[in-house]
Amino acid sequence: MAKVPRWQRTSPLSYFALAIITFLSIFPFYWMFVVSSNTNAEISKSPPSLVPGGRFLIVAQKVMNAEGVFFSSALFNTFIVGISIAVAQVVFSAIAGFAFAKLNFKGRRFFILFIVGTMMLPSQLGIIPLFMLVKNLHMIDTLYALIVPALVTAFGVFWMRQIIDAQVPNELLEAASIDGASVPRIFFRVVLPIIRQSSFVLGLFAFLAAWNDYLWPTIVLQNPHHFTLQVALTQLKPMYGLDYALQMGGAFLATAPLLILFIFLGRKLVSGVMDGAVKG
Amino acid sequence: MSQIKEREGRRKAPLSPWKSATPKQSAKKKRPIEGVASLDHRFGIPMIAPFFVIFVIFGMAPVIYSIYISFYKWDPLGGSTFNGFQNFVVLWSDSDFWLALRNTFSIWALSTFPQMMMAIGLAAILRSKRLRGASFWRTIFLVPNITSVIAITIVFQQLFGRDFGIINGILGLVGFDHIDFIEGVVPSHIQIATMITWRWIGYNTLIFLASMLAIPDELYESASVDGASKWQQFIYITLPQLKNTITFVLVVGTIGGLQVFAEPQQLAADGGSSKQFLTLTLFLYNQAFVNNKYGYAAAIGIAITIIVLIISAINFLITRRISNDGGGR
Repeated sequence: MAKVPRWQRTSPLSYFALAIITFLSIFPFYWMFVVSSNTNAEISKSPPSLVPGGRFLIVAQKVMNAEGVFFSSALFNTFIVGISIAVAQVVFSAIAGFAFAKLNFKGRRFFILFIVGTMMLPSQLGIIPLFMLVKNLHMIDTLYALIVPALVTAFGVFWMRQIIDAQVPNELLEAASIDGASVPRIFFRVVLPIIRQSSFVLGLFAFLAAWNDYLWPTIVLQNPHHFTLQVALTQLKPMYGLDYALQMGGAFLATAPLLILFIFLGRKLVSGVMDGAVKG
Repeated sequence: MSQIKEREGRRKAPLSPWKSATPKQSAKKKRPIEGVASLDHRFGIPMIAPFFVIFVIFGMAPVIYSIYISFYKWDPLGGSTFNGFQNFVVLWSDSDFWLALRNTFSIWALSTFPQMMMAIGLAAILRSKRLRGASFWRTIFLVPNITSVIAITIVFQQLFGRDFGIINGILGLVGFDHIDFIEGVVPSHIQIATMITWRWIGYNTLIFLASMLAIPDELYESASVDGASKWQQFIYITLPQLKNTITFVLVVGTIGGLQVFAEPQQLAADGGSSKQFLTLTLFLYNQAFVNNKYGYAAAIGIAITIIVLIISAINFLITRRISNDGGGR
């Protein structure tokens, strides 16, 4: 075997560092499970129990049936909101992103600059008028309040524009249009199949952001039946004082779907993050 | 709308505001997107219209309206009266604002710099060509990033618990006194900064890794032939090439850092017994939705925006300065 050049070698110390980070990344999830499957006494003793106990199903049931907390409807609400937002963002962003990448129309440059400029603004800036607006539209305390303002993002459009510019060759579009295909037809038949993967990643990001969003849902939702998971999770605390098992059980149940999703789609997310990075 | 997503700037695969803000030579060389000639360009406006209409209504209009109401004493129940710059004058002399500013920056510094150093180090390890399980490490590092802030806060609050938390347990074993990670000013900041670091370190590692992978192998090869140690290669080859990415992570991190809300709010809704971890966004939220002072809260939002813009401008100037000093790179 050829000798590995010195600059390419990986020392055992590197693996040790990676192992530690892996441990630290995983441990909180493991700990959620440990705490939620043990009694509070087991966790509070010194040293605490470090292995899962047998109470997880009991605790999970307690979370599901906790008074005033509607965990299963929160799960359902979160799914609805996440999927609606993900689909809408992909659709709107792909259509507008295509126009920004491949069509030449008046004011295009200005619109793009405008969109990019707004991305520098912190999200808190418009939050009060947005609340007033949503209230005037009678969407307060409904899932529409979460979905409608999130249908489009500046980020999504900009990202799609970059993706379409990079992945869809102009020659292909030329050829299709010379063959007489209309723009909508080209968009559906030529562009969409090419950007399917990237669209999926964008949708995934939107879904995760919606799933984990907390500030906005906590502002616009009032009825516990309409809560999303994150808001429902915060309910488990004050009502039951320091019942760690219950809180952690809730946290685990709210995280488990994402972990399952991650097992299948983690690699896609990794490439999505890395594709978006600034190179050089 | 990106305007309402908590810290979305950090969650999304980033690139954009930054890339266009600092056109480098490479960007100049790149062909401007001018559209494909043979397509029917009349479709342009109709295709951006759906996006644009929603964006203006739910994204831009609130931002502009926010400036308007910041000049009013605006109570959702009691009506509104114009009071000029009064909100800003009051804000300037509000000790809570300065406290929140201090806390926000302290938490930001504690969560940004250690994290960035670790992320760069980890990315350097992950770049190794001969690393086994490269894809596994990358994926596992991203796991914390998909978890919700609320779930994280619940777990870390327990781990950091004063009496029964594991962290204090370990500190006790090594002979330290138990630390109250909620009442203490710096300890509470450390707790919040740890949550942020845990959530974002893997993500930023991948960002750094992506830009390290873009560095040509030949640079390392020739440096190695010249006898440069791994450390020297890192200092003289890797770090200079990461300059843009470091600035980018800093800008995005600052925008995210100014939006820290859920972690402190979950520790204590009022920001702690002596407001020791009241952050700017928590301050804004409490003024708006607890005290019903919309005008005042809007003024806080504008203050936060001004801070973001100032910091971005400083970052921009520094990067430009550095690249100018770097000569014809």
